[in-house]
Amino acid sequence: MSDARNSILTKLRTTRDAHPLTPPASDFAPIEAKVWPPEERLPRIRRLMEAVHTEFIDAAEADWPAVLREFLAREGVESLLYAPETEAGKRLVEGWGTVSPSPPRGEGRGEGEASHDSPEGSAMYPPHPNPLPGGEREFEGMGEGPTLIPYDRPLEDLKPQLFESIEAGFTTTRGAIAETGSLILWPTAEEPRTLSLVPHIHIALLRADALYDTFLQAMREQRWADGMPTNALLVSGPSKTADIEQTLAYGVHGPKRLVVLVVHP
Amino acid sequence: MDHQPPKPTRVYYFGTCLVDLFFPDAGMAGIELLQSQGLTVVFPQGQSCCGQPAYNSGYRADALKVARAQLDLFPGDDPIVVPSGSCAGMMKKHWPDLFRGEPDEAKAVQVAARVWELTQFLVHVLDVRLTDQGEPVRVTWHASCHAQREMGVVEEPKALLRQLANVELVELKREKECCGFGGTFAIRHPEISAAMVGDKVADIEGTGAARVVSGDCGCLLNITGALEAGAKAARGQHIAQFLKERIHGR
Amino acid sequence: MDGNAPDFAAASRAALADPQLRGNFRRAMDGLMSKRAAQFADAGEWHAVRALAASVRLRALSKLPELLEKLEENCTRNGITVHWAATTEEANGIALDILHRVDARLVVKGKSMVTEEMHLNAVLEKNGIEVLESDLGEYIVQLDGTMPSHIIMPAIHLNTKQIAHLFKRKIKDAESREDAAYLTDLARRVLRAKFQAADVGMSGVNAAVAETGTLCLIENEGNGRMCTTVPPVHIAFMGLEKVVEKLEDVPPVISLLPRSATGQPITTYVNMISGPRKDGEKDGPREVHLIILDNGRSSIYADPELRDTLRCIRCGACMNHCPVYTKVGGHAYEAPYPGPIGKILVPQIEGLDKRGAMPHACTMCNACVEICPVKIPIVEIMGRLRVEAVKPGGAVKDGGAKASRAEAMVWSGWAAMNASPTAYRVATLAMSKLGNAAPSSLPMLKEWTNVRTKPRFAGRTLHDLARAKGVPDV
Repeated sequence: MSDARNSILTKLRTTRDAHPLTPPASDFAPIEAKVWPPEERLPRIRRLMEAVHTEFIDAAEADWPAVLREFLAREGVESLLYAPETEAGKRLVEGWGTVSPSPPRGEGRGEGEASHDSPEGSAMYPPHPNPLPGGEREFEGMGEGPTLIPYDRPLEDLKPQLFESIEAGFTTTRGAIAETGSLILWPTAEEPRTLSLVPHIHIALLRADALYDTFLQAMREQRWADGMPTNALLVSGPSKTADIEQTLAYGVHGPKRLVVLVVHP
Repeated sequence: MDHQPPKPTRVYYFGTCLVDLFFPDAGMAGIELLQSQGLTVVFPQGQSCCGQPAYNSGYRADALKVARAQLDLFPGDDPIVVPSGSCAGMMKKHWPDLFRGEPDEAKAVQVAARVWELTQFLVHVLDVRLTDQGEPVRVTWHASCHAQREMGVVEEPKALLRQLANVELVELKREKECCGFGGTFAIRHPEISAAMVGDKVADIEGTGAARVVSGDCGCLLNITGALEAGAKAARGQHIAQFLKERIHGR
Repeated sequence: MDGNAPDFAAASRAALADPQLRGNFRRAMDGLMSKRAAQFADAGEWHAVRALAASVRLRALSKLPELLEKLEENCTRNGITVHWAATTEEANGIALDILHRVDARLVVKGKSMVTEEMHLNAVLEKNGIEVLESDLGEYIVQLDGTMPSHIIMPAIHLNTKQIAHLFKRKIKDAESREDAAYLTDLARRVLRAKFQAADVGMSGVNAAVAETGTLCLIENEGNGRMCTTVPPVHIAFMGLEKVVEKLEDVPPVISLLPRSATGQPITTYVNMISGPRKDGEKDGPREVHLIILDNGRSSIYADPELRDTLRCIRCGACMNHCPVYTKVGGHAYEAPYPGPIGKILVPQIEGLDKRGAMPHACTMCNACVEICPVKIPIVEIMGRLRVEAVKPGGAVKDGGAKASRAEAMVWSGWAAMNASPTAYRVATLAMSKLGNAAPSSLPMLKEWTNVRTKPRFAGRTLHDLARAKGVPDV
């Protein structure tokens, strides 16, 4: 194995030194020149992403959890997976019950995915309902809204629900890119990668003041090269394919729907 | 290409082997077009071929031998005009590579730099103005791959055709697509070449043109041969001959 | 591929005889060409970004050994295990070792051309490991038991009807519905179960960043993310040329690749992986392996002209624009890489004895060169390989394998005729007078006259006409 390594590298070095290559300078100006007036960035992002079936909902800082909740209720979405330890996750929980609370109901919406032999007490954030194995409380008090499910354990303990029953996943973003209409996702220990991948609907929170002209600008201003996370992503729409006779079809493996929740300051 | 070089009084003409054997009238028409602009046209009788067939077949030494035999035929600085984009491309673009490291490399580079494709020369150097004397006719233009992509000749021939008042130019749907000649390709891969020229003929038919005009004789041999074999109405013609006929009213 | 030399001529004849196939390709390639053109409507932008992307690739090649070492160092620091393979056999062996160690039964794969080069699927199946291609096109092709016919759109040779028929035969409970949305959903259902259950996920790499130890993968479907995120082990495969120096080098490449390939401004996902699951993280594979494959690339690199082959970013645009590929489709090449890039890459990897015909399956029209986003001089390399094919002892594997004394004599005679004005005059005169009497059954004329009339010699040469009309000779 290391034989291969050494022989490959030696051959490359020897032959390169015998015939050095002088590359032309890399002039990034043509990418740096791609700028849009700040007020045009969001409409452009929206236009590009809507062209590939992305949905947008607008909200204000004060009420976005409620707006999202209403949206999901209207769409008949019954379960939303979220990251309980993130700021946005906490806001989501706080805002969830406060809007048009419905009378408590005797049956949990999430019981379909609840397992019966739950190990005890692993829910980290008891104030919200957790229908997963280990969830302490049965779902209650959510009215017509969806059940919030915290992503509070390793994937291995969540796989069946994640793949088979949870309908939507909620993540934050690190902004969006005007050139191509792309969200920047930056999964962390608190906000896992599969949140934006496995559920059929991905809800992405985008702050309207975190917009960049280009991918290059975003990675420079956010100093990506100083430290990359385990996984970083650009997401520009719901999963799609044109592998069957170039006919565009959405939702092949990843989310079928991408909903961008734009939070205006 | 925008600025015009000073108008010369004398040019060399490199006729090419395919013109020599199959389209001498087109070759002569090119000479006459240049003469009609007041130029002295010199046709070195010692010329033969640019060397492209061997070059593209992997026989570079043979190509070099043939190219070398042309080098001394064009002394001085006068432009060398070629009624073929492909042969012009061979001379202009590939001779410097072919002669790299050879004792006569400098001469080859000097000659290569003076090469012009005919329509390019008519438009950019001579800025010709054509008066159409012919009957109304619909034509289409077949762009040769090497004229387009090695010589950068795309709009020039069409600009010349558009100068002709009675000529309606209808462009091909896939103007940029190769006709399937490709030198020895047509022989090595006759079925693929046939499929390619089949698509080209269908495209030509689709324009309803009576003539397909081109600047390269390889393409013309291929396309006219296929048009004739398929008993199609359209026929092919070299642009030099077409232009000459138009300005002389026949 | 077995030891027999693939017969491009025979395979292309078969392809040409299939009107369904020809129609599928013609339609698809026309569509792709116009979509790409729309993406590059601003010629100034195209030329500038293209020059940048080419410079990125050339800079990477200029420092290739150093960058590979740096990539290894940074990947290792990030927790990615780096393996080196000189040959496809070694690469398959490394992959098998990992699979055996983790007792893998089920492997899901994202698109990887390198694993096609390795025939990895066959190796895994032989070892009793179930392997499932998850890119929809690759999945279709795998179900069909064939090879991809395009590097970006593997099942482009099939139409909806054919795919519906295939799914009906191969997938339990499939309805016979010629509807792309239904068929896509069907594949979704089958494959999500596999993603969930898989022991190992495999992927290719579009660009590996030396500076940060990051593997970049682009895709539209999400299967690449599934394969690299859900199974407990991820194995990535890359040809050794895929490295770039800096993270900032990624945007120009990412900007041109999808626009060139499919005419979309960007792929749905740009997936940047810099390690396995860290402590405290809830998902992601616990092991990430990177297998760096040579398989002849270091030999390609050794030659300063052929080296440009390694600039390729695998967008497939050269296929879409190739008039030969458009006619015969990808299967006729019987190679992991068809079309123009295949015609220069495959002979260099597999040798000119087996693949000497490939560089001749080209009219040298330069359509590929015109649109290549990293400015690979494909046709120049094609020409060079034609030289190497008949010149023993050259830089390329099995150089001289196509040398033929008879052919050399023909060209030598041709050169003698064209290098001597006297010989040329005599020969052209003879051809002009007698050439038209040649029977169409002669070799070469026979092929020509299949669909064309015989070329007609004019009777008088231009030399004659010019002399007769008093055109000066000097």
